[in-house]
Amino acid sequence: MKRSAVPSVALVVAAALVALLVYGVAVKGTDTTLDDAVAKGRLPQLPGATLAMPNIDGSGKTSVASFRGKIVVVNIWGSWCEPCAAEAPLLEREQAKLAADHAGTFLGVTKNDIPHESMAFAKKYGYTFPSVRDLDSKLYRKLGSTGVPETFVLDAKGRVVALRRGQIDEKFLQNAIAQARASST
Amino acid sequence: MSARRALRALVALVLAVAAFAPASAATPRASFNDIEDEVMCVTCNVPLNIANSPQADDERKEIRRLIALGLTKQQVLDRLKSELGNEVLADPPTSGFNITTWLVPIGAVGGVGLLLALTLPRWRRRSGLPDQGPDAKVPELAPDDLRRLDDELGRAGI
Repeated sequence: MKRSAVPSVALVVAAALVALLVYGVAVKGTDTTLDDAVAKGRLPQLPGATLAMPNIDGSGKTSVASFRGKIVVVNIWGSWCEPCAAEAPLLEREQAKLAADHAGTFLGVTKNDIPHESMAFAKKYGYTFPSVRDLDSKLYRKLGSTGVPETFVLDAKGRVVALRRGQIDEKFLQNAIAQARASST
Repeated sequence: MSARRALRALVALVLAVAAFAPASAATPRASFNDIEDEVMCVTCNVPLNIANSPQADDERKEIRRLIALGLTKQQVLDRLKSELGNEVLADPPTSGFNITTWLVPIGAVGGVGLLLALTLPRWRRRSGLPDQGPDAKVPELAPDDLRRLDDELGRAGI
C-alpha cells in the first residue's frame, strides 16, 4: 500500500461508519410522517395495511386491508399494558355499535404479547372483534408507533382519519368514528 | 440355537435397550436462570434478568410454564421466538440490518489492527527511535551518572 493510501482508506472507512450510523438512526428512529399527514387532513392510506398477521387464536392470518369497504379501528394493545385495560370496555362498546349497523369493525393488534395472555385479556374484556399478533413489530414500525396503546381510525376507503398515540377516551373515539362515517360516503 | 430362539433373544434385547434408552438419552432439564439471561424483555429492551415490568413478569411466567412442560432450552427459546418474534432473543439475528451488529465490531477491530500494522513501523522509522528488541543496545551512562547511581545503590544496601 502506498503511503498516501492509508489516510484515504481510514477516511473512507470512517465515512462508511458514519453513513451506517445515520442509516441505522433513520431506520430505527421515530417516523412522524403519518401523524403529520393526518394533522394536515390529507387522509393518508394506512402504511402496512396489506401486511397479513397471525390471529391471536391461531386461526390463520388477517390484514387491515381485508376489511376494505368498512370502517376499521386499528387498536394496538398488549395484555401487560394497563392503559389498554383501561380503554378496553370503551373499545368493545363502540365495536358493538359498529357491528350493529355493519359499518365496520375494530381490529386489535397485539404488541409483544404472549398469545395465551392475549386470549385471556380478550376474553376478560369480552372482545368480539378480531385481534392479530404483530410479530417482530412490523406493522408497529410502519405506523411510526412509539408505545402502547395506539389507535388508528380508518374510513371505508382505508384512509386514516384520526389517530391517537396513547390511551383514548370516549370523545376522541366517537368523533373519529363519526368522521370516518362521513368520509366513507 | 434355533432361528426362532435367536429371533426371540434379539427382540428381547431390542426391548430391553428401548426401555432404558429414554433415561440415558434424556436431555437435561432446561434451567430458568440459563434461559433468562438469553432473553430480552421485549417492551423494556433490556435483558430479562434485569428487567422489571409487567411484561417481563409475563415472560418469566411463560418461561417457567414452558420448562414445566418439559421443553429443552432450545425448544423454550424457539417457542418464545414464535410467540414474541426475534426481538425476544438477546443475540440479534444475523440477517438484515441486524447483521451490522456483528460485522461492524469485527470490521472495526480488524481495520484498526491493519492500520496499526501498516503505520507503526513507518512512524518508528520516521521518528528515528532505536529498535527496542531483546538485543537492543542500552545507552551507556555518563561517568558522573554512573558514580551517582553506584552511591545510591550503595546507600540502599543493594
